Amino acid sequence: MILARLKKRFPAGPDSAEFLLDADLRSADAVSVLFGPSGSGKTLTLECIAGFIRPDEGRVMLGDDILFDAPTGVFLPPQARRCGYVFQNYALFPHMTLRENLLFATEFRAKLERHRKVNEMLERFRLTDLAGRKPRELSGGQKQRCSIARALLADPRLLLLDEPAQGLDPTLRDELHDVLREVRAGFQTPILMVTHSLEEAYTLADRVFVYNEGKVVQQGTPAEVFERPANATVARLMGIYSLIAADVLMLDPGRNTSQLRIGDTEITGPYLPGKFKGDRVWICVRPEELQALPRDGRPLPNQFPVQLERATQRPGAMRLEFQNDLRADISRADYERYRHNKEWTVEFPSTTLRVL
Amino acid sequence: MAIDWFPLWLSLRVAAISTLLAAGAGLWIAYLLAFRNFRGKEILDAAVTLPLVLPPTVLGYYLLVVLGRRSPIGAFYEWLTGGPLVFTAKAAVIAALLHSLPLLVKSTRAALEGVDPRYARAAASLGASEWRIFHRITLPLATRPVLAACAIAFARALGDFGVTIMIAGAIPGRTQTIAVAIYNAVESGNGAAARTMVVVLSALALAILWLANRLSPRHVT
Repeated sequence: MILARLKKRFPAGPDSAEFLLDADLRSADAVSVLFGPSGSGKTLTLECIAGFIRPDEGRVMLGDDILFDAPTGVFLPPQARRCGYVFQNYALFPHMTLRENLLFATEFRAKLERHRKVNEMLERFRLTDLAGRKPRELSGGQKQRCSIARALLADPRLLLLDEPAQGLDPTLRDELHDVLREVRAGFQTPILMVTHSLEEAYTLADRVFVYNEGKVVQQGTPAEVFERPANATVARLMGIYSLIAADVLMLDPGRNTSQLRIGDTEITGPYLPGKFKGDRVWICVRPEELQALPRDGRPLPNQFPVQLERATQRPGAMRLEFQNDLRADISRADYERYRHNKEWTVEFPSTTLRVL
Repeated sequence: MAIDWFPLWLSLRVAAISTLLAAGAGLWIAYLLAFRNFRGKEILDAAVTLPLVLPPTVLGYYLLVVLGRRSPIGAFYEWLTGGPLVFTAKAAVIAALLHSLPLLVKSTRAALEGVDPRYARAAASLGASEWRIFHRITLPLATRPVLAACAIAFARALGDFGVTIMIAGAIPGRTQTIAVAIYNAVESGNGAAARTMVVVLSALALAILWLANRLSPRHVT
């Protein structure tokens, strides 16, 4: 169980604006992910939890232990926190071999036990054959495994990972995810990791904290967060949604429907609790939720006329991009058939329409 | 006339001993200045830099007051060893030490601060004490620039003149270092000896600086 309530102000510098970290998180899950754009305070949160940086206000607790508490002035040094930290560039000690790096983390143990533990860990992370090498002789993936193994050897109560997949190619990324799943299964150590990759957050997290400009703007399970973004800001951060402004024309709780207007087109959506007639709302759709068709005669209900601006190749499909940042995927065969068509319609799902 | 090489030999020995002492003290001061926050840090920084800007006569004067035969420290030393501290080779060592310490502290501090702080953080998160982080991680990673700093300190110690002459004097065969010997040779009109010693000392200093440059890596990884 990790609890962190952090406030830290960074005054404006010559080349940076003022930044205020004001994050509040609490998680008892095995893998928690801090997701958000660069510069939103994710890494800073890890550094405050690890004790590298002292927040101005707040409190950090790990289980029943207080690591930091501003009112009483408690601030444990990193040494006393038992938080394993995996740095973005791994921070393996360059003057030591891989084995020495691991041994460094075990110096609090009895001598015989140290070597046994290190050998065990080398085996587990498939590093035994590389134990005599210096970090500069290792590949990125190997360095990363070593860095995770080193952090685990110190018996941490929490494992902090800063953008672990940054700079890894897709194969190594998958390998990393496997390693993290192994860690999750084989050790009792909860993981708190930072990423700006949606996919990574989705595949690994039990709990996601969405960061924006120093604040946690939404939290929940990946499905909750990514399927139901709390507001337009969160939806935009995920980068997978198109957001279209619309006005509420009518709300019908009896039939559980609403009438919305985008430009000159009216579409039907689900009833919107908490919204009123005349409200400006955001329709929030993913490309795969929209059906794009060449325009043909009068638009049917829930169809919105659009003009094709661009088509881009996607794995296994074509992505059509229209004005208003609307995007829809169609099969390659359909695209070949209608590729010269400029006038299209997109059809919104009426019952599952996401309105923010 | 044959040149007396005793001053060069004395200077090398004095510089070597003072560099060792300066390295011990300097490393510690540099560590405090680089990584610790404490009251009076600015004052310590200024005090260590002071010998760099004060005239040697002022430093020599202070040392005479502090270490002279009538001062408590000087008297205590005399009681302990039976001889005075000032106007001995030991005083020359102290002069050289004071002369080279500021430079050593400054470059050592820069060398320690040049080590990527992530290594120290990683070590701290693995539970290593400050001392272990310093001697197992930071110092080994800064070995080359620290050695370069020592080489420069050695070269500077070799060349001290003002403080040495004030507190160690110029007793031939006892406290006359090469810088002082050159001055005496010029004063007494012995141009040939002065020229030879000047060339030798310059070549030596050049060689040491070359070594120091070789030791300073272009980037610390």
